[in-house]
Order: sequence, then C-alpha cells, then structure tokens
Amino acid sequence: MKVVLENVTKIFPPRNKREQEFMAVNNFTFTVPDGKLIGLLGPSGCGKSTTLYMISGLQKVSGGRIYFGDNDVTNLPAESRGVGLVFQNYALYPHLTVKQNILFPLQNLKGPDKLSKKEMLERAYQAAKLVQIDELMERKPNALSGGQQQRVAIARALVKMPGVLLLDEPLSNLDARLRLQTREEIRRIQKETGITTIFVTHDQEEAMSISDMIVVMRDGVIQQVGKPQEVYDNPTNLFVAKFLGTPPINVFNGEVKDGQLYIGGESVLDVGGVANQAVTVGIRPEGFIPAADGRMTCNLTNLEIMGRDASVVATHPASCNPTVRSIIDGDCKIDTASATVRYNLKPHKVFLFNKLSEKRIIFSAQENDDFITAAMKKKYVKKI
Amino acid sequence: MVGSKHPWKAWLYLSPAIILLLIFTVWPIINTVRMAFLEGYNSMAVAGGAKFEIGISNFTNVIKYKGFINCLTNTMLLCVLTVPISTILALVISVCLNAIKPLRRMLQTIFFLPYVTNSIAIGMVFAAMFNMVGNNFGRPNEILITAGIINNIIEFFGGEAINWINVGSTKLANMTVMVIYIVWNALPFKILVLLGGLQSVNKQYYDAAKVDGTSRFRTFTRITVPLLSPMITYVVITGFIGGFKEYSSIVGIFGEKMGPPGTNQSTNLNTMVGFIYDNLTNQQGRASAAALILFGIIFVVTMLNLHISKKNTHY
Repeated sequence: MKVVLENVTKIFPPRNKREQEFMAVNNFTFTVPDGKLIGLLGPSGCGKSTTLYMISGLQKVSGGRIYFGDNDVTNLPAESRGVGLVFQNYALYPHLTVKQNILFPLQNLKGPDKLSKKEMLERAYQAAKLVQIDELMERKPNALSGGQQQRVAIARALVKMPGVLLLDEPLSNLDARLRLQTREEIRRIQKETGITTIFVTHDQEEAMSISDMIVVMRDGVIQQVGKPQEVYDNPTNLFVAKFLGTPPINVFNGEVKDGQLYIGGESVLDVGGVANQAVTVGIRPEGFIPAADGRMTCNLTNLEIMGRDASVVATHPASCNPTVRSIIDGDCKIDTASATVRYNLKPHKVFLFNKLSEKRIIFSAQENDDFITAAMKKKYVKKI
Repeated sequence: MVGSKHPWKAWLYLSPAIILLLIFTVWPIINTVRMAFLEGYNSMAVAGGAKFEIGISNFTNVIKYKGFINCLTNTMLLCVLTVPISTILALVISVCLNAIKPLRRMLQTIFFLPYVTNSIAIGMVFAAMFNMVGNNFGRPNEILITAGIINNIIEFFGGEAINWINVGSTKLANMTVMVIYIVWNALPFKILVLLGGLQSVNKQYYDAAKVDGTSRFRTFTRITVPLLSPMITYVVITGFIGGFKEYSSIVGIFGEKMGPPGTNQSTNLNTMVGFIYDNLTNQQGRASAAALILFGIIFVVTMLNLHISKKNTHY
C-alpha cells in the first residue's frame, strides 16, 4: 500500500502567551511507493517523528491530506488506520508475556475480523518466527535483552498484518553491534513481508544502509529525497552534504576565479561553467588523493591507520571545521615526519555551494583531470 | 559499611531516635504482651500490691464477653464493605481525574480535603446530614419533622424519610451511614496514591494500545489496572488495616455510646478498637488481650492479601 502525504503541515499551538506557535512540519509532500523501505532522516527536532505520528494517526495534521493507497485517512483516528507502530522504547506491556504482547492487537479485532483462539496463536507464532523470538514466548519483557525486546515490538506491530509499518528510531536503544545486526534484520523482515515501511532516524548511516529511499528533513522542511547513494553523491545543499557521510564532509571557504577553484590562495581544481564568486566548498573525505605534486596543501597533524584504509588528520587555514579529515587507501605512503601533506582532488567528490543560500552550484570538470580513471570519468560525466 | 574510629559516636547520634522508639513503641508492645498474659491484670490491683498468675484467662474472658462478638462482626463487616467500595471508587475517580485537563488541580484539592479534616468533626457533620427530628419514631403516634439534608433530598424526590441514626433506627440504616462515611473518608488517600501511580505510567503504552485499536474498557482492564496493581495492592492492604482500626468515625457520628440511643453493647456499632478502649480504664489485661487478638486478625488478613496479590501484582 502506498502512502501519499500531500502538503502535510503540523503546527503546535503556543503553550503559553510568551511562546509562539511552532511549525514542526511544513508542507510535507511525498509519496511512499508500495512495498518500499523509507528512511526519514534529520537532526533532532526536525519534525521527522511528528511526521511519523501524523501518518500513524496519533497526531492530528494541521493541514494537508494523508492517503493510504486511494483512501483518504486524514481524519481517521489511529485505531482505524491499521498501521503497525514500533516505538522508540518499544512500549511493550511489562505485565504481559511476549506471547500475550503479540496477541494483544489480535484480541482487539471485532466483528468480521474476529479470530478464533487457535488462529490468533497461529498468527502470533508466525510473527514470532519471522523475527526469531518463538523460543521466548513465555518470558516477560524485562527478562529480554534490548534487541529481543525490539523484535517483540516488531512482531507485535506486524501480527495484525498492517498496510504500513512505522518505526520510530528503531535502533537508538541498542548497542553498536546489535544495531548493525538489527538493521539488517529489519531490512530482511521488510523484504520478506513486503510491507510499506517508514522509519525515522537521526543516524545517517542507519538510513543509508537499509533504505530504498531517504527523505532528509530540516526544521520541518524536506531538503532532499532520493536513493541513499544518489543523495550522498548529489546533495542539493550544504545541509544535506554535511548531514550525510561519516566522517563528515570537509567544508572550506573558497573562491571561483576564471574557471579555477581557489582554497586559501591555491588553485586546487578546475571548475568549468561557474561565474566568479566566493563559494563554500565541500570535499568528501574520500575525495583526496595524496600526491607529492598535489595542488592542495594541508598542515599534517596526525595519521590514523585503521587497517583497510587510513585517515589523515590535517588542518587548513581556510577550513570551516577544526580539522580536515581524509580517508585514503591503507597502502598510500604518507611521510608523517613532514609538516605538510599535498592532495589532488577528485572532482566528483567536490561540491560547491552558494555562500548565502547554501544551494549547490554545479560545475563541469575539465578533461585533463588525469587522475580520474576513464571509467570513473564516464560515470561521473553521465551523472552531471 | 563505613568503618569508624569511634563507633560509639554513631550510637550517640542515633540515640534520640532509639530512646524514643524504645519508650513509646517497643516497651508498650512488650508491656501489652506481658499484661495480656497476667491473669486479671489491672492497674488498681497493681497499686494495691497484688501479684498475678501467668495464664490465658484474659483471652478467654475477651471471647466470652457478651459485647465482643458484636464488636468483631461490626469491624469485619465494615472492612469487607468499605475497602472494595472505596478502592473501586478511588480507581474510577483517579482515572477520570487523570483524563481531564481543565480543573484537574482544583478537583484534586477538593477530593483531598477530607484527608486533612478532623474525622470527629466530619462525623458530626454527617450526623447532622443524616439527622431526623421528631418523636416516637416507628410508633403509631410518630411525630416527624425532617431536618437532615439527606432526608430532605429523599423527600424531594418523592421518597420517604429514613430514620438513619436516631432513636429506633435499624442497624442496617446505621451501617449504611457508616459505610458511606468511611468510604468517603478513605477516598482521598487512595485517590492520591492511585493518581500518582497513573501519572507515572508511560503514555506510550496508551499510544501503543490506541494504534492497535484497543477499546477504552479493555485499555482500562488490561493495561491501566495491571500497571497500577502495586498501588492497588498497597491501598487495599492499608485500607484493611485502617478498617480494622475503625473507631473515631463511629464516635463522630454516634458519640461514645457507639450507637443510636437505646442500643446496648450487643446491638450497637462498637468495634474492636472501641472494645479495647472500653476496657482500658479498669481491665488493662483484657484490653491487652483484645489488642493482641486484633493484631493477630490484621496479621492474618494482611498475609492473605499479600498472598493473593503476589499472583496479580506486576512490579
């Protein structure tokens, strides 16, 4: 079932006379395709959870419409929408066993949907098997680990076979290892059931790794929508570029003059088709290629070798961040005794942004970027 | 444990509390047991230099005493009637209070008022409310001038005035008044505890229930009540203990005769604590024995409560 959000807006009224009303979600228009996994991504307070709760029906919309398939559900209460919702802290009923927790939504069914006891148990075990907790059915939630509780919560949301599954920060209460495991699990369950799933997260890695599509939000406004890799490779503005990627993108103050990009007085890259202006430059950590005759010079502070690859920590006078971090191949030789490190830049990892609007400025790379392999160049040129 | 160079210092700091506890709590308990097992103990005889044999005659005397069975049944009846009624009412009121936003604070204060009001004073107000003025009640030459607000209300709706607490009133009427009064008086504390419990329940349980389409009634019975069960257990146990110690409420309404004029010790509303007080001046041995019997009953009932609640309470 596809979910259509049309100009959905949420305004929270002021809590007292001194406060102003707060616009949590502003004109949110987006269609979630049927059977896809969508990540709502953004920093705390950007309205992503509010959007999720509006889809669930727990929050009323202030404006706009929500459709499930072709049905307008804007004014339907939560109980009539038939969504499955997994809460951030799972909200498992502590006094009920895992089995009773999973059975709970089924026991609410009335009228023609009413199930016999046997059918309910069957469905409950089916859901439990899907999330691999069928061994734990008689336990109470407080006798389970965080990851197991998470699975129970998902089973409880899935057992009534909802048209839409909503997950609110599903991994934030898990430790790092479990998080990796669970996110793959969520992906697997979503693929197996084919339920349209929307999940909220502030962790870009989480969103990028499992989503079919991500929606990046800021202050209640959609910034960019797309496949994770597309958004990463082609951010529409500085905020999106900064928000996606670990380690984060390196940001510099730069200037475009006569088709050349200058950072701190050095001409570091040829940029075609851009008028002369001061710009904000974003360079992905993997966009640096160390070279003895590199066009960009940084002051080397530290080299962190992490096996497969190495991370060079440096500083640059024009950098907006305290350090410039680049990820390079572990085999690359860096002279740690030297005070400086020189780089060439991969043009498709360099983004230019307007200084004021922070909107992306598209430039065309020059043909003589001999450090890009032919294949890469082809792919890159096609994309632009 | 934190070691100390001067352990006596710790004892010194604790001594005010310990000494007070020893004098006013521990010794009276020991003394009660001692007096209960000294045959026919009373303080006048002690002053006269009498010696008492050790025995259980105080206990047998208590049980044989003609008012005792009446006191025991009155107490039990009041407990069994008031505790469930007040607990259920308190639960309903606190859930309602928790559900509304405007006026909540004001209503909370109103519901809490009986808790801070003197029970004798409230008893007198209740006595006035249920009062009836007239003469020769229940006889052919009855003269009736209703005065109490309750009878006024009953008559306003076309009913017949009931003799609640005056001369010639039935025990059923007396008990009804007592149950209403005790329930009303027990509500504030229970509401306070349950409302506190309700406010600490995570709202997400209700959101989760709502998304799953749970009806209101089912949400109440399957989520609210189990999550409140520790508080409910607490108010039931303290309610029973309080019920067994019922005394001043009856004095408040009926005066120290513990019943409407014309009743005697086998027909009035005297309770166990009332029985103990009655014997306190002259028969301390018997009063002590009655106190121990009351203690035993409360102990057994509390154990029973705990045993039942163990299965149904979810901490």
